[in-house]
Amino acid sequence: MPDAAARWVDVEHLHFAYPDGYEALKGVDLAMAQGEKVALVGPNGAGKSTFMLHLNGINTPAHGSVRIGGTLVERATLKRIRAAVGMVFQDPDDQLFSPTVFDDVAFGPLHMGIPEPEIHARVERALASVGMAGLERRLPHHLSLGQRKRVALATVLAMDPSVLVFDEPSAGLDPRGRRELIGLLQGLEQTLLVSTHDMRLVAEVFPRVVVMDDGRIVADGPTDEVLADDPLLLAHGLERP
Amino acid sequence: MAISLLPTGSWAALAIAWGTLALLSASAGLGPFRLSRGAFFALPFMLAALPLIFTRPGDILATFQLGPLTISISGQGIVEFLTIALKSWVSVQVALLLTFTTPFHDLVDGLRKMRMPRVIVSTISFMYRYIAVLSDEAGRMMRARAARSAHVDGSGGGSLVWRMRVVGGMVGSLFLRSYERSERVYAAMQARGFSGEFRHMHGRPLDAADRAVFVAALAAIALFEIAGQLWLPHA
Repeated sequence: MPDAAARWVDVEHLHFAYPDGYEALKGVDLAMAQGEKVALVGPNGAGKSTFMLHLNGINTPAHGSVRIGGTLVERATLKRIRAAVGMVFQDPDDQLFSPTVFDDVAFGPLHMGIPEPEIHARVERALASVGMAGLERRLPHHLSLGQRKRVALATVLAMDPSVLVFDEPSAGLDPRGRRELIGLLQGLEQTLLVSTHDMRLVAEVFPRVVVMDDGRIVADGPTDEVLADDPLLLAHGLERP
Repeated sequence: MAISLLPTGSWAALAIAWGTLALLSASAGLGPFRLSRGAFFALPFMLAALPLIFTRPGDILATFQLGPLTISISGQGIVEFLTIALKSWVSVQVALLLTFTTPFHDLVDGLRKMRMPRVIVSTISFMYRYIAVLSDEAGRMMRARAARSAHVDGSGGGSLVWRMRVVGGMVGSLFLRSYERSERVYAAMQARGFSGEFRHMHGRPLDAADRAVFVAALAAIALFEIAGQLWLPHA
């Protein structure tokens, strides 16, 4: 299916309203090719997080559809979709909920029904790929924020997803932590969608950027063009790197 | 439990229990008196047993007048209070020894192997994970309050009622924050394939040596209890 690779992440006319009636998404269309790295920027409250929670079915759209690798996100496909789309949340204290690093990284594979010897191998591989090998027995609250963010990434890498979604990965990191994160992001082969306010990160890692404001996508194009459009950036509360 | 079942005034049995604990503690590299010192944090709870001194009927040792009330101290009351105090002090040491020497992960694993219901085991491990996060959050709120609790010379810090309302608001806001965090944690769990059923790795199965240690420990505790009830002196 050549179409599936070109539109690996395929979102059409997505609408979503919160139970209190607030309309957070007002028709979002987005297509990403397999392996593409895209940054999602926009002011606070633009709907970025709400949008990203649709990509693995945590939020259910009011109208419109989300397809990952050709599979429609719906109740019946949730298990498959959640294995395919890894989601890294902004606060690692939300993502790391188990007593030890090992338990946390093993949580995803375990709930995917993978046999135990394979889980051990996956945990080891995932931790090694984020530079945290050998920390299996550590407690999450004894790690630094940068380390916790890397373990949070390992928790989804262990599930071997084809799409990775990050919410504000560089928030709160010191310069060294940020450097390490950029190295990690550049090394990932998966299709990548990252929401951020860090315009230098956007310029450094992502060839394509999508600007979102008030529940809609207002710009979508090559990073150097979008970041050179001062009137656009100003209108949506952004700035050049 | 074996300790709390001992009869009143089992000084010898309690001394043996304490001695054994000190020995175990020393062999675990903690030093013999570390537990004894640590267990004093339970002291405030022993106050709950204090009224026994005055309410327990028995030989009156002293009587005094407190307004319209006549208060008397009985010998049995003192003995019972001391027994309860010592029992709780020694029991707390047992718990401390367990937590000092066993990583939390192994404790949870042990509970699971002893067929404790999964929901309870998971609740305990979530509690352990988030207690630090929660206390950090509470600490930040207290600091924010302290930073704005300035005093101008000659003025007080607001009435007691007003202060209570501030604290009440803080507790409420901490609850809301935790509630919202729980929603985010749940979303993170769902995102990794959680659909309502907890699964666990099986880890190392219990072997014959584990069972032997368990049976031996149980036998030793039973022997200690029988000795405490029947052979050792008590009041």
